[in-house]
Amino acid sequence: MTNREASFPASQVSMGLADAPAAVADGPERAKRFERTTYRIANWVRSPRPYLMLLGFALFFAFWHLTVEVWKLPRFAQLPGPTAVISEWLSPDPTYGLSLYSSQYYQHIWVSLRRVSIAFILATATGVPLGLFLGWSQRFKEYVFPVFELLRPIPPLSWVPLAIIMFEGSETPIIYLTFLASFYATTLNTMLGVESIDVSFMRAAYCLGAKRRQVFWHVVVPGSMPFIFTGLQISVGVAWFSLVAAEMVSGQYGLGYLINTSYTMVQYPTMVIGMITLGVVGYATSAGVRMLGNYLMQWRAHELAMGGDK
Amino acid sequence: MPMPAREGAIAAEAPFRPARRGKGEIRIRNVVKIYGSQESGIRAVDDCSLDVPAGEITVVVGPSGCGKTTLLNAIAGFHSITSGTIDLDGEPLCGPGRLKADPGPDRIVVFQNGALFPWKTIIENVAFGPIVQGRLSRKEACDKAGVMLAEAGLCNLEDNYPGEISSGMRRRVEIVRALMNDPKVLLLDEPYRALDSLTKSVMHEALLETFDRNQVTIFFITHDLEEAIFLGHRVAIMTTRPCRPKKILTVDIPHPRNYSVLTAKRFREYLDETIAAVHEEALKAFAAGERER
Repeated sequence: MTNREASFPASQVSMGLADAPAAVADGPERAKRFERTTYRIANWVRSPRPYLMLLGFALFFAFWHLTVEVWKLPRFAQLPGPTAVISEWLSPDPTYGLSLYSSQYYQHIWVSLRRVSIAFILATATGVPLGLFLGWSQRFKEYVFPVFELLRPIPPLSWVPLAIIMFEGSETPIIYLTFLASFYATTLNTMLGVESIDVSFMRAAYCLGAKRRQVFWHVVVPGSMPFIFTGLQISVGVAWFSLVAAEMVSGQYGLGYLINTSYTMVQYPTMVIGMITLGVVGYATSAGVRMLGNYLMQWRAHELAMGGDK
Repeated sequence: MPMPAREGAIAAEAPFRPARRGKGEIRIRNVVKIYGSQESGIRAVDDCSLDVPAGEITVVVGPSGCGKTTLLNAIAGFHSITSGTIDLDGEPLCGPGRLKADPGPDRIVVFQNGALFPWKTIIENVAFGPIVQGRLSRKEACDKAGVMLAEAGLCNLEDNYPGEISSGMRRRVEIVRALMNDPKVLLLDEPYRALDSLTKSVMHEALLETFDRNQVTIFFITHDLEEAIFLGHRVAIMTTRPCRPKKILTVDIPHPRNYSVLTAKRFREYLDETIAAVHEEALKAFAAGERER
């Protein structure tokens, strides 16, 4: 990162997307951002929102606790209650052998996270370029899109047998299934992103003397970013979705596997621990993608912030 | 002045002051644009001939949907024409054999809703043209952009994104972005339509000032008649679809103009004359709209 004071501001200007964030980490700018962040946090704490959120969680746990452990409603009585789950989760010596203190727990998380990451990265690396070309070239779309639309409705789970035949071992088929769901979401959203760009931007670029390739890099790619990142958030969500399904079918580790084996071995609290962990990890990855998107699209944050002054 | 191919269209042209600059003269001859098939398609522009003298502001007014923008798109090279020719400084832009001009930095469009790239900062936007054309290095382009922005009175905006500045500022930056390329012609497609009237008046003065400084040929589309007369050396009033010049008014009020002109007697006379001509067309457009439905 360069420091703005040290160099002439104009020389800092970047035309590409990738180096845009370089302009952000400068001294005064950083201080301003820190101030803005603390201000936002202070505002948030003063507002009723965090308390409503806590109340929501409290109500949820109370409902769970009452239906399962207090009233023991029919069909609910067999479920593990929140106290059982939480005490198992926090116990250094868990009844069913899995808690925050066991290394196995982290291994399950790690294996799942790794599979999702590989699948997500592959899906992004292939889906974004494919979507860009689909939106950019009518000819290319005419060839590819019908096939794509035919394959898309096939649920990833129905690929299980084919995936097992196609790929060796258990790891690759799982990653493949996870990749599939992710890939469709990313590609489709990227394509829609390109198609959503106002034609004036392309015309303006051509007017200013840009060649077709330059229009692609300077207009099409950044212009479709908002849609791409919406797509990536959906994509990381569906990646977890099909990962767990795939892990239930095969595999030795992973949260989906954990949930499934806990079920067959009647270790219900462990099963729920797996589910809650999925929720937390899934939320974290999705938030990570969102943060990356906001970081790369600061122009958009500014635009939204100025929304009132049109 | 080249001889007009058709009478009528150019008839209203008085002996005119010589062009202050030799470049940027657009000559439109017998242009036809039909959307759809030759027989049943919509005739947006029909047998339209118009001169846009170099170094002047030519304003085109007409009812909405009359085909003004079609004409502008043909000059800019966004759309093809069906027949006719359009020349820029004697060089054919489009005509028989090549019905669509290539868009290029000699004719830059400023769009109705603005087209500053929201993902680039102001200075990146302004420096965009020379960089993609490979005319200037990034550093040179940015230096020049800084100077041009400062000349236009747009300081300290360099590192902002377009979303952070007001829409009036954005229009002015867009014009600076166009002028960076030293265009022969600026094509403005109702650029101030979305602005409130106070901002508009500021924009007009800024545009005239820019014009006085750069002497670039301006082709300006609007349906605001006061705007048309205030800005234009010549006002071309177009017929409703199909579009062709109905009347060409030479506004003999010397440049540089300022807002005191608006209350001048001569200005009101021009306005009356324009309103009469446009109103007739607006009625026709309205009636045609009724029939189509």
